[in-house]
Amino acid sequence: MTTVGKPEVNENKRVDLNVPMRTATGPALETVAMEAVDLNAYYGKFRAVRDVNLSFRDRQITALIGPSGCGKTTLLRTLNRMNDLVQGARAEGEVRFHGQNIFDASVDPVELRRRVGMVFQKPNPFPKTIYQNVAWGARINGMKQDLDGLVEHSLRQAALWDEVKDKLDQSGYSLSGGQQQRLCIARAIAVKPEIILMDEPTSALDPVATLRIEELIQDLKVNYTIIIVTHNMQQAARASDHTVFLNMDSDRAGYVVEAGTTGTLFTRPARQETEDYITGRFG
Amino acid sequence: MTAPGAEAGGRTSDLLRTSSQMRRRQRRGLIARFALLGALMVAVAALVTLIVTILNSSFGLVAVENERSPEDLVASRGYPAGTALGDLTKEDLVAILEAEISTNLGRRFEREQRFFSDRMVFEDLYVLNDLCMTDDPPPACYLRARSHSQVEALVVERVVEPTIVGTWSFFSSVFNRDEVEAYAAEKHPYAELEFRSWLSWDFVVNPQSPEPAIAGIRTALLGSLWVVLITLVFSFPIGVGAAIYLEEYARESRLTAILQTNINNLAGVPSIIYGMLGLAIFVRTLEAITSGSFLGTGGETTANGRTIVSAGLTLGLLILPIIIINAQEAIRAVPGSLRQAGMALGSTRWQTVRSHVLPNALPGILTGTILAVARALGETAPLVVVGASTFITTDPAGPFSKFTVLPIQIYQWTSRPQDEFRNIAAAAILVLLVLLLTLNTAAVILRNKYSRRTA
Repeated sequence: MTTVGKPEVNENKRVDLNVPMRTATGPALETVAMEAVDLNAYYGKFRAVRDVNLSFRDRQITALIGPSGCGKTTLLRTLNRMNDLVQGARAEGEVRFHGQNIFDASVDPVELRRRVGMVFQKPNPFPKTIYQNVAWGARINGMKQDLDGLVEHSLRQAALWDEVKDKLDQSGYSLSGGQQQRLCIARAIAVKPEIILMDEPTSALDPVATLRIEELIQDLKVNYTIIIVTHNMQQAARASDHTVFLNMDSDRAGYVVEAGTTGTLFTRPARQETEDYITGRFG
Repeated sequence: MTAPGAEAGGRTSDLLRTSSQMRRRQRRGLIARFALLGALMVAVAALVTLIVTILNSSFGLVAVENERSPEDLVASRGYPAGTALGDLTKEDLVAILEAEISTNLGRRFEREQRFFSDRMVFEDLYVLNDLCMTDDPPPACYLRARSHSQVEALVVERVVEPTIVGTWSFFSSVFNRDEVEAYAAEKHPYAELEFRSWLSWDFVVNPQSPEPAIAGIRTALLGSLWVVLITLVFSFPIGVGAAIYLEEYARESRLTAILQTNINNLAGVPSIIYGMLGLAIFVRTLEAITSGSFLGTGGETTANGRTIVSAGLTLGLLILPIIIINAQEAIRAVPGSLRQAGMALGSTRWQTVRSHVLPNALPGILTGTILAVARALGETAPLVVVGASTFITTDPAGPFSKFTVLPIQIYQWTSRPQDEFRNIAAAAILVLLVLLLTLNTAAVILRNKYSRRTA
């Protein structure tokens, strides 16, 4: 998880992506699930993210922290090409996933998003029943057999099953905010992704609901690689294995200041900027 | 701080004292308020006048002169006084006809449609049988015998022959009844005064006729429904499709900006111009299609291209921009978070649009479409240009028929000199208004249901 702003320093530490990503059994391998190389993201002429080199470990939780507007969300949305949907957004550089650059013409962004799921800041269930919320993604991806089992499994994984098993035919909007967000996580899980991107998933929730989501994320890490953007430094410290600190230039382009294991970054930051930020002196 | 109470008190009285500047501001506010109220009053007064005028002409007293009084006819068949013509049996009614009309006229009626299925009244059976053998058999050969009410209508039309010799508006009928009665007694001594609602079920279901007392709007109503149906079938899929493309697929560019501006402008183009367009394209250029001759049914009508299809397509063009704009707004109102959620699950754009955007935008799209259809229903000018018939008594048989529509019918009736046509024009306006009001109410109900669901 070593990353610095300049690519040449990082060069020899890149992990070979051709090693098997997953094994059917056994513990999580210390491999890389996704890797950004010299990644730049633009909105029109404005560069929002500059020269990012990062590796995200398989089945680990990586937190992206940094002040508002430093490009955390843009970086996150570039990783599954959700930013393609934003007019004028484009990315340069590479994001390697299973040894392939996701910006290659041969990569279908639809399939990429199936394998790299996303949970948003504000809970956004579909205005449909709880069951359909979970089943829809699977159905459109052609998974037709045993939808009931899949829905139950996904809701159980999202720690929501016991609360909703008797009202699967009620609207997703009938749930509380925290439940809605867990429903969104269940929905993301149902299409069997490998990586789940979370964009401040608890910022619209109260502390109790937040804690439940954090616990859930810990449980999910057994099966999924999780990259989470958060404004909340305690959350990053509590709930992540690795932390990336981003900051922005005078021209408002975000760059990676420091990345490392969460323990190291919060207790012995290598850079003064990081220490200033995590001790609350700015940002 | 020495006398806080006094100081505070002094300030308060300062605050409450109205300065001359304050009075000027208040006065200006008052003037503005009354001006706005005045504007509202004028608008309300105009609306009320419109409704009252129409209602005033739709109901009122009429003086009816009968050629033969129904009482005499009823008495001649041996029924007690006070029996209505409709209470007589069919046999009696036919007997009245037999006694009152010429045999030649009776033969003609019987060739059109027989009175009884088991016997003939005016015509000899063998003559009719011979006629039925010819290449062009009269309708009587295949129609069922006339019903009781058909015979009764014939008696009224040919024997009683009621003529309306005077009409009065609703207000003079109610408030000046004595004067009206005195006038009628002097001018039309043989006429009977009766209160008539020009708007009646008969008026809705009767075909057009040169006789205002029995004229109805069935032909125009069916024409309107046919035209609106074609309009809807043409413009709904195209309009909604274009709106989906513009909102969900098209990237913002100079081209889409130009397109959008043009669509907005087209919604404001005077309808007569669409009429010219429809005349040039549908009536003239595409005559082979709009006349229906491409189906090989040629000679079915003499309408050339002036058919229901041409009118429907012309009105379709007219409301297309309205439907596109309304649908775009409805689609835009669907929260972006739904699209994001769909796309993030690995759905294609179309899957997201189909499953999430369209179902949520549909009530809004339908509301806009209903309002656009209401506009099409009330359009007159473009159809005059496209060639709606001004006098037509046959119901439209299909999309390639000649046609007229309600507004054209109203326009034609109002331009007639006889008083009675003004009455039936008013009644037709009422029917049109009820239709439009129904459509608008449906739109409002849809919209309310929708806003309650998203709340």
